[in-house]
This record gives sequence, C-alpha cells and structure tokens, in this order.
Amino acid sequence: MIPSVRSLAATAVALLALPTLSSAENVKIGAAFSLTGNAAAYGAQQKAGVQLAIDEINKSGKLKGITLELVLEDDGTSKEQGIAVFQRFINRDKVSAIIGPTLSTTATAADPIAQQSKTPVVPVSNTAPKGITDIGDYVWRVSLTEGQVIPSALKVAQAKIGFKNAAILYGNDDAFTKGGFDVMKSSLEAAGIPIVDIQTFATKDRDFNAQLTALKAKNPDFLMVSALVEQAAAIVTQARQLGWNVPIMGGNGFNSPKLMANAGPAAEGVMVGTAWNKASTDPVNVAFIAAQKARGNDPDQFCAQAYTGVLVIADAIAQAGMKGGRDDIKAGFAKVKDLPTPLGKFSFLPSRDGSHPAAVQIVKNGKFEILQ
Amino acid sequence: MGQQIVNGLFLGSIYALFALGYTLVFGVLDILNLAHQAVFMVCAYAALVLVGHLHLPMFAAFPVAVLLGGFLGMAVDRIAFRPLRGRSDSNIAGLISSIALATILEAAVVQVFGPDVERFPFGAVPTRSLKIGGAVVSELQIVIIAIAIAMLLGLTWLLRRTRLGRRIRAVAESPKAARVLGVDVDRIISASFFVSSALGAAAGVLFGLAFNNVSPDMGRSVELKGLAVIVLGGMGSMPGAALAGVALGLLEVFTVAWVGSSYRDAVAFGVLFLVLVLRPRGLLGSAALREA
Repeated sequence: MIPSVRSLAATAVALLALPTLSSAENVKIGAAFSLTGNAAAYGAQQKAGVQLAIDEINKSGKLKGITLELVLEDDGTSKEQGIAVFQRFINRDKVSAIIGPTLSTTATAADPIAQQSKTPVVPVSNTAPKGITDIGDYVWRVSLTEGQVIPSALKVAQAKIGFKNAAILYGNDDAFTKGGFDVMKSSLEAAGIPIVDIQTFATKDRDFNAQLTALKAKNPDFLMVSALVEQAAAIVTQARQLGWNVPIMGGNGFNSPKLMANAGPAAEGVMVGTAWNKASTDPVNVAFIAAQKARGNDPDQFCAQAYTGVLVIADAIAQAGMKGGRDDIKAGFAKVKDLPTPLGKFSFLPSRDGSHPAAVQIVKNGKFEILQ
Repeated sequence: MGQQIVNGLFLGSIYALFALGYTLVFGVLDILNLAHQAVFMVCAYAALVLVGHLHLPMFAAFPVAVLLGGFLGMAVDRIAFRPLRGRSDSNIAGLISSIALATILEAAVVQVFGPDVERFPFGAVPTRSLKIGGAVVSELQIVIIAIAIAMLLGLTWLLRRTRLGRRIRAVAESPKAARVLGVDVDRIISASFFVSSALGAAAGVLFGLAFNNVSPDMGRSVELKGLAVIVLGGMGSMPGAALAGVALGLLEVFTVAWVGSSYRDAVAFGVLFLVLVLRPRGLLGSAALREA
C-alpha cells in the first residue's frame, strides 16, 4: 500500500516539475489517514475525498498560479505511525498543512508535533469533544464534535416529531457514553425540553429491562440513549420487546451498520445525528456525490468531511491573498466564513472547531436514511 | 410494577438456572468448580454453531449442547480435579486448576470466534409475547422460567429419591465412609459433574438466547452472582438456590427502578452480607456450613 502511494506522489512531483509548470507555486498538503489497521474502512473514504478535492481545485484554477500537491501517507491506525508520518510531512516533505489523522487517539499523539513546528493541522474525522483543538492554535477542526451534532440533531428531530419531554438512558462507567450523556442533558435543557427521568447501566450489562420499564412508566415522548453499539442493539431490542414504541435517538455509538445487523427489525425508526446530510439538494453536495460516483465510490460522511478539509485549506490560501505558507494558511483559516461545502455552509468558531448544519439519520428497511 | 416483577422473576430464573447446576457440585460435594462458567459459555457457542451454521432448529440443538456440556463437565473433573484428589489440599488445588481450565477454554473460544459478541440468527428465537395484566411477557421468558422450575424439581428428586442421589449424598457426607460401603467415589463425582455441567450448559444456551448475546466473557458476568445465590440460599439446598436466585433478581430490578442502577450490585451484595451475618446457613440451609 505505502510504496504505491509514494510512487504516486513521486509521479505527481515529477509531473509538476515539468518546465511548463515551473513558474507555478506548489503547495504541499500532507494527508495522514488510516489506510491499514482497524480504521481502514474510514481511511479509504477519506483518501477518495481528498483526492477528488485536490484534482478539482487544481483543474478549476481558483488558486491562481498555485497548484496543490497531495502527499498521502498511512497512519496505520496507530499513534506511533501517526507520529512518524507527521514528522516526515513536516521535516522532509515540508508540507504547508496536514489533514488527518483518522482517529482522535492518533491525533492526540501526532498533532502536538505539528503544533510545535507551527504547521497547521485540519482534523476531518476527530470527534472527541476535548483534547483536539486544545492542542494548540495550529489545529483547526472540520469534523463536528458529538457536542455539536447532538443539539442540532435534536432540533431537527423535534421539528419533525414535536415531543414535549424526554428521558435519557446512558452507560455511566464509560468515558465515551458518559460524555454523550452530558451533551444530551445540556442540549435538552438548552432546548427547554423537560427531562422526566434518567437511568444508567454498566458496560457489561445485558439486561436493560428494569431500566426500560422504569423509564416507560414515566411515559416520555422521546428517549435519548448514549451507549456503545453492542448495548445499543440490546437496548433497542428489549425496549421494543416490552411493547414500548417511543422514538429513540442514539449518540454517536449508534452510528454503525452493526446496529441494524444486531437489532434487526427492532432498529427500524431509530435516529442518530450525523455531520453530513447526504440527501441535501445543495448543488455543491449534489456535484460532490456525482463526482465520487463517477470515480466508482459511494461516498460516506468521512469522504465528505475529508473533501471539505481540502476546500477549507484552499479557501484559507485564497483568504491569505494566494499565499500558501504555513502561517499564511493559519491566518487564512480565521477568515473562512460560510464556505459552500457538501456539509453545508462552513465557518470556524472562535474555538477553532468547525461549524455547519447537522442532520438526522433514521433507520429504514435496515439502512440509514436522512430524516427529511 | 407488574412489569418489574416479571423482569425480576426472569432475571432471577437466569441466576437460579446457573446456580442449580453449580450448587450440585459446590453446595453438595464441596468442590468449587470455577470452570463451570466456562462450560456454560462454551455450550452457548456450541448451540450458536448448531443453529447458526448447521441450521438446526433450536429444539434439536438444545439437547445436543446439553449433552456436550455434560461430557465437558466429566472432562473437567478428569483433568482438573481427579489427579489432585486425595491430596491434603485437594480443594484449593482443584479450585486453582479449574481456574486454569476456564482460562484455557475462554482463550480457545476467543481464538475461534474472536472477542466480539455473537448472535443467534433472527428467527431462531421466538419473539412472540403476551400481555398479562399490563405486563408484557415474551414466550422465551416463559420457557426460561418453566425450565428453571423443572430443573429445580428434577434435581431435588434426583438427590432425594434416586440411587445416584443417595450415593452423591453419601460421598458428600464422607468419601471415606462411602468407599468403605462399596461406593465408587470417582464415578459418583464424575456423574455429579455430568449432571451439573449439563445443567450449566442448558443455562448457558438459555442465557445466550435470553439476551441474544453470546460472548467469551458471558460466564464471568453471572459467575459471582451464581456463587452469591448458592450461599444466600444455603449450601446444598436446591429450593434455597432457586429462591435466592429469584430474590436476587427481584432485588436487583427494584434497586434499579427505585434507587438507581449504580447501586444495584452494592444493594445486592449488601443484602448477601447481611444474610451471612444474621443467618450464616443461608435462607434454606438445613445445617451450619460443613468444614471445607
């Protein structure tokens, strides 16, 4: 995998070094994605996303005289390899900005290296609420955190269903599910929706009947669940077995096809927030999907976010007055505002986290569809 | 309220199912077989393979898994306990070698199936349910509760009324005296392991079906509860184990409903502690604990 990527990059360098192009400035963008290892399924989509974006921008000539050059490497879904790749990008390839790495854990190890050497990093799939943009002022995140997805997903769901109160069920011995609960609770409070009951469970639990029965007795209009996917399937199944047909919205743990595989028909109608509204008829989104399909790829959220990452860097270069230095790009990020992307209009918040509309997916016939 | 009672009875039956087989060897013979939970888990996987991969119907796969459990139990006795029998510290030594065997079985299952949760295919488990006075009871729950009651009656009958039962009790009283009277102690213990592990296997399959969740660590999640149920019910008492199982199930469910799930185990084991302090022989234990 790696040699072929490198040889591709080498070919790109060779092509760009042709005399006819020598007058143009090349700006190198490093992309570190999990092309092997546990997160390889995400990495493949991210790779397709950045490649399309780079090709389109170079072809369009938007960045007058500047050609973006992609240097793609595999972070191996590991901290160690992530660090090694970042060092290579910064010291050998002298990239102007880095996209990636795929997982938040890898980012917490690799991003500090970029911060130290003042190289801008654009995380496109890291959703951990804390510890990513906190690394420093060179980290500008495109991917929404769970804390951002849930409040806006909640608004979409409420507009659709019109529930008046809600209950929450969450795992209280796991940092991820507890974090999801905190966001659910605060967003319900912020939306002025009364929480009629809160129940908890432990990661090892298999039987949720007691909690579900207690919640059902309070008769909430809406149930939010923060759980890992294995428990998510069991909770949904047991709720339906109890004859309880309350609308259920899950946290990010539900965001996996495993939910449908494990819960089967019980998963029908379950909702989960998502950063990308695949069904959006925005022309940028429609064109993005068509271009990906033309290349033989059925894009997912990771692909759309990676694509957007490149658009954001290109816009930062333009905002900086067509300058592609590391500090130019960093300064340009602050001026990115309402940029049209497949994710919707994109801007950065003062916290250097991205901001754009989120959507709600609902399970229909065993597949996630966008709730419209 | 009605639904919570059903939930508690169901959870309690699961604990009782696990504990009944367990207590035949632990409560009666004073042998603590910590590989019991591994047999429980392996047989759930066996049923999974029979139903999921060989496409056998559940009612055919169940007895096969139960038989397999029985033979696996005899193997556990043969490998982990018999070579050590007769040593002065055979109880502790056997306990430790059974932990080793449990670890080996778990590691083997992880090798073959991986650490992830496996599931029975849709349709293998009946999903129909009926309503009884506002509470929803699934067919599977009724079957599980019924099997728990049948196992309780069968085991009690076996111990009190049959030749094998008499011999088991004789061995439990004093292996030396039983041997003098012409009882083949090794065979009786082996038979007890067969019955105990077959029941453990039945519990494993039903547990896997109940939550449609079969994983290499499923035995560990009920092992402690099973031991607590045996001690709470009174060592060696079958009705005691069943009663304690149901009591623990109800206690847990109502702790979750009224106090919060964080306190579930604290309340359950707090009550166990109180019972042990106030009534060391357990709820239905007939005599003080035998010296181990």
